[in-house]
Amino acid sequence: MSIISLDNVVCGYGDGRTVLEDISFQIDKPEYVCIIGPNGVGKSTLIRVVDGLIKPKSGTVSVFGRSVEEYDLRDLSKIIGYVPVISSDFNVMSVLDTVLIGRYSRQKWRTSKEDIAVAVKALKAMEIEDLAERNFNELSAGQHQKVSIARGLVQEPKILMLDEPTANLDIRHQIYVSAFLRRLSDKAGMTCFTVSHDLNLAAKYATKVIVLQKPGKIYAIGDPNDVINKQMIHDVYNVDSEIVDDHGTPHVILQGVLR
Amino acid sequence: MLETSEKIIDDAVDAWMADDVRIEETVTNYHKNTVKKITFIVLCLIVALLAAGYAMTVGDYQVGFWHTYEVVFEHLMGNVPEADETADYLIWGWRLPRICTGILAGAGLGAAGAVMQSILRNPLADPYTTGISSGAGFGATIAIALGFTVANGAYGIVTNAFIFALIPTAVIIVVSKMKGASPTTMIMAGIAVMYIFNACTTMIKLWADPDKLSAIFAWQVGSIDGATWVQVYFMAGVVIVGYFILQLMSRKLNVLSTGDESSRSIGVNANSLRIVCMLIVSLLAAGVVSFTGLIGFIGLVSPHISRLVIGSDNRFLIPASAAFGAALLTIADVVGRTVIAPAVIQVGVITAFIGGPMFLYLILKQKKEAWRCP
Repeated sequence: MSIISLDNVVCGYGDGRTVLEDISFQIDKPEYVCIIGPNGVGKSTLIRVVDGLIKPKSGTVSVFGRSVEEYDLRDLSKIIGYVPVISSDFNVMSVLDTVLIGRYSRQKWRTSKEDIAVAVKALKAMEIEDLAERNFNELSAGQHQKVSIARGLVQEPKILMLDEPTANLDIRHQIYVSAFLRRLSDKAGMTCFTVSHDLNLAAKYATKVIVLQKPGKIYAIGDPNDVINKQMIHDVYNVDSEIVDDHGTPHVILQGVLR
Repeated sequence: MLETSEKIIDDAVDAWMADDVRIEETVTNYHKNTVKKITFIVLCLIVALLAAGYAMTVGDYQVGFWHTYEVVFEHLMGNVPEADETADYLIWGWRLPRICTGILAGAGLGAAGAVMQSILRNPLADPYTTGISSGAGFGATIAIALGFTVANGAYGIVTNAFIFALIPTAVIIVVSKMKGASPTTMIMAGIAVMYIFNACTTMIKLWADPDKLSAIFAWQVGSIDGATWVQVYFMAGVVIVGYFILQLMSRKLNVLSTGDESSRSIGVNANSLRIVCMLIVSLLAAGVVSFTGLIGFIGLVSPHISRLVIGSDNRFLIPASAAFGAALLTIADVVGRTVIAPAVIQVGVITAFIGGPMFLYLILKQKKEAWRCP
């Protein structure tokens, strides 16, 4: 049984615009999947479709052999976690309370010691355990991002969807979060699905790369070594590049815009 | 160098997967914070009870502060001594219905305000932002000025206010079903209906005769004068049932504060929750304002002050706002009846006089933002 299976998915918004066209792929084992492609090509839409946040116009999205639409929301939240690119949190709580919100589907009325233990582990995993008592509002954008990832982790999902999880992070934490997600999929069996603009992080840490190109179609899908190359970058991004070998993974050096 | 980073990541993932983790200090701090929140709620309730006790002493017939509680207790036990019969008659017949109305109105408006601000993601939202006040005001105005009432008898104005207060909510829900229940859509639909009702009310007031105009004005300011036990029973039913439903939804409201997409991914359908809460809050607020008139500020200020003290966790914020609202309205009633006695200032005016400066003081004193606008 596939973990995730998309079959001829077409997706668009209310204005009739189609964002994703005929998307099909399967994820059969826990992996760290990275979706790359230019702006507006439908990368974020793709992870929203898989998480059931957007209904496809046609085609089917299955998670563990069952259509994503058939799941009860609470049950689905135990299977898929979603981390948005920007935190939309409105109420101001402590970082610990903010992370504990992610336990909603697994929690009874009272917050148990087990809930707190999971939250503490998630904060430690994101190296922000010292912020537990701080007010969420006082944190930087990068720290918000790590709190959002911690909240996704405490859902203890089998699949974690992250929309540009490294967008606001410094270079150390870009590497840390990417490496952590990769190791999470290897050791803990959690499938991590990320959207990224950083081809080198994708090349270094992803086990599978999905390249989207306009107008919302899959250009290539596969091992980063096979997918990330000069031709792909030229075709998809319209950019000249050089690829050098970095300990067995491709490293992209950008050279200039073609047109 | 590469090995070092491998080890850091391995340790982080191992720690995440480990069964044991030291949480004693975190649990202790968490419980301390919970106790702090509960203490604030209990303190507000004690203040409300003390204010209620003092309110029972206010009037021409003198009854001692602590004696008022004795009179209430004796009545409840069905054992009223002959010497306390007059006090019992005055307190149970006249003073207590008014006090209970104040407590219920304050609690209902406070809880409704807390939930309204959460579902609309707007710190300025209160039960009136969405047109409930203007609907109720229009209903009462046509009853007073034109004699047009949905139900006949003593509760004609109340019934009108209640029914018309729910019309803006009905419009908001219909618009939300058509366009999606986003906070912006709901607020804008509510404001549109509010302007329509206000225009209609103004037009009727322009044509009303001066006596009726004065009655309309008095209703609009908000008052708990002349409360009866029938009114208390009705309000108690609406407020208690509404409050408990909102309390049951408080965890979902916490999830809603993360944003609509995050909410859905955590297991809560934001649109459905927003519409259900809107309906309950509207019934709650309509149940209050139809009897009391438009007591403003409680629904806005109680959640804000509570939030500044205990934070935004709706599991505690809703009861805290209710308790604070009950205390504030009871104190405002006492002040309104004593400050220029024997004349009485309407409670709606006093709530603004007390709540406004208190609110300003806390805004100036606070070190942390109580809201985040993403």
